Amino acid sequence: MNANAPVLEDAPRLNGDAAARRADAGGTPERHADSGELLLDVQGLRTWFHTRDGVVKAVDGVSLQLRHGEILGLVGESGSGKSVTGFSLMKLVDPPGRMQADRLVFNGRDLQALDDEQYRQLRGRDMAMIFQDPMMTLNPVLRVDTQMIEAVQAHGRVSRKAARARSLEVLRMVGIPSPEDRLMVYPHHLSGGMRQRIAIAIALLNGPKMIIADEPTTALDVTIQGQILYEVQKLCREMGTALIWITHDLAVVSGLADRLAVMYAGRIVETGPTPVIVGAAQHPYTHGLIASIPSIHTRGRELFQIPGSTPSLLALPEGCPFRNRCYRATEQCRHDPVLEEIVPGHAASCWHKGLQS
Amino acid sequence: MSNSDIILSLRGVERHYTQPVDLIGRVGRMLKGSDKPKSVQAVAGVDLDVVAGEVIGIVGESGCGKSTLGRMLTGILPPTAGDILYKGKAVDTLTGQARRDYELAVQMIFQDPFSSLNPRMRVIDIIGEAPVVHGMVRRGDRESFVVGLMRKVGLDPAYRFRYPHQFSGGQRQRIGVARALALNPSVIVCDEAVAALDVSIQAQVLNLFIALRREFGLTYFFISHNLGVVSHISDRVAIMYLGRIVELADTDSIFAAARHPYTQALIKELPALRIGQRQFDPIKGELPSPIDPPSGCPFHPRCPYAMDRCRVERPLLKPVDPARPMHLSACHLDDMETPMPEGAAHTDRAQAGHP
Repeated sequence: MNANAPVLEDAPRLNGDAAARRADAGGTPERHADSGELLLDVQGLRTWFHTRDGVVKAVDGVSLQLRHGEILGLVGESGSGKSVTGFSLMKLVDPPGRMQADRLVFNGRDLQALDDEQYRQLRGRDMAMIFQDPMMTLNPVLRVDTQMIEAVQAHGRVSRKAARARSLEVLRMVGIPSPEDRLMVYPHHLSGGMRQRIAIAIALLNGPKMIIADEPTTALDVTIQGQILYEVQKLCREMGTALIWITHDLAVVSGLADRLAVMYAGRIVETGPTPVIVGAAQHPYTHGLIASIPSIHTRGRELFQIPGSTPSLLALPEGCPFRNRCYRATEQCRHDPVLEEIVPGHAASCWHKGLQS
Repeated sequence: MSNSDIILSLRGVERHYTQPVDLIGRVGRMLKGSDKPKSVQAVAGVDLDVVAGEVIGIVGESGCGKSTLGRMLTGILPPTAGDILYKGKAVDTLTGQARRDYELAVQMIFQDPFSSLNPRMRVIDIIGEAPVVHGMVRRGDRESFVVGLMRKVGLDPAYRFRYPHQFSGGQRQRIGVARALALNPSVIVCDEAVAALDVSIQAQVLNLFIALRREFGLTYFFISHNLGVVSHISDRVAIMYLGRIVELADTDSIFAAARHPYTQALIKELPALRIGQRQFDPIKGELPSPIDPPSGCPFHPRCPYAMDRCRVERPLLKPVDPARPMHLSACHLDDMETPMPEGAAHTDRAQAGHP
């Protein structure tokens, strides 16, 4: 991973003063000591929505660590809080949502100490986000070039010409054919896959250290999804960008991520290296997620199903939130389980953790 | 398979969509002479027999015409050309009671459980309206009939007076299933019926489909872009590309010995749980526009094995393996003595893997 560091340095090569500017702003050393150094360290992140009906604890004590250039897959069903986790890291939570964390350090800076203007400078430059629906993120009344040049100029004094050249460069990087023509069109001229590539290109414009991708391939066809996964994997390796890939589909992310974190009802219930989670999951919910994927191998058999549906966050059962749907639940589950390490790097929060029998 | 088992057949079915000519178009036509309006060939000629009791999976990318095909089967859309036969009789010649029988026997379940249920109707009306209207259930028996159906699809009958917005996505899809079942159909067209659901809910609904099929002897026409879901539930799979079927075989043959390069690529793209980083090797390009389909084989601009012949001559769907007469594929490679992609295809097949 460390071999990628020079490329990363190179990324904002257009704006020559970018590195200096960045060093001013953050006061952080540009060279990373080693790949083991944490880029993002989140402890006890809580994002609660104070609604009229009660407090919705969408994210309730999430801890995440991300190294430079690492790809983390954040997996969970709708309503598990995975997207809100992503929004919280970008500080895109609006009232009545409120966000708190015991520790929230990105690239050596305490994010909770930043004011709005400092956060604005950080967003889109050091951390970027790709959303699920590219039609919602691209402005339909502006041409692609306007939007891309704006994103470059928002973070540095760059001439239009240089910003345009940079835009062309990243469009080429994400595998868009004839990028000159694509710059001159409006988003509705483009197909869904092409729009998502543009969204990825915009995220890459300023050479961010971390990208948060919120279900970016859910709306796309399998073949186009394959193309996007291929480009993203290649780019992250080449540029040393860390990536948080949020998805409900364990199968999609298992081929991409270095590490996986499984979320349920606002908490991380299991986290570990991808091969360990896929091959030797310990939490009953993870077992259920893996076993309920249909494939040719399950043909003729009944699929394993997790009974019931995701509980309302307003009426979570006390103790383990999964216990009403869990096949291993006992009286003990009325007490909150803690996230315990099984082996270094692999943790699960369950009283009855163990391999699936 | 005898002829009497075939419940629905498609014979050269086509469906074109033509944009109505607007004023400017008409003026242009007057000035320039006749300029034929462009039409989209959503379905460009499909022959298919659906055998009673089977599950046939239709797989393809968005825009390949699979939903249009499903709508034509249910009679929502009339085909532009070709015939749909229900129990051996052309549907458009059916009248009166015979037509009604066909319409009731072929039901549909839609993709989006949010927009396919009327938000102003209670569940009891959504499920119970059609059978009462068609005289299958007396008005007085409606409630007990709906209660029974709700139990069958795994819904709590106590919720029968609720509105759709009070249910979750999975529950709504169950309401959609119950609505289709209420008319005692023999064929159900499922258009991406599980695509909008979470994996765990999807598993529940797929299990429900399989249980209902066993109980009622249903035939499913299962449309999906997800080859994983289709491979789980289907007996036969048809792969569609740009309005035509390019490969048709039973599910095991498709996965063990896919012949068409497009099918091979789809199987390779299939996201599967795997240990270790995956090398992504995607198919290049996107589905071409059906307004202006490529000459020859529609897949040739994206095909790694495209030859000169593929650019001029469209391959026909034909049996490709003497050992498997029911395995049809439309590719010129099958005419060659030693099929070129054999080596590559084998590695694909190994990846697709059998247990």
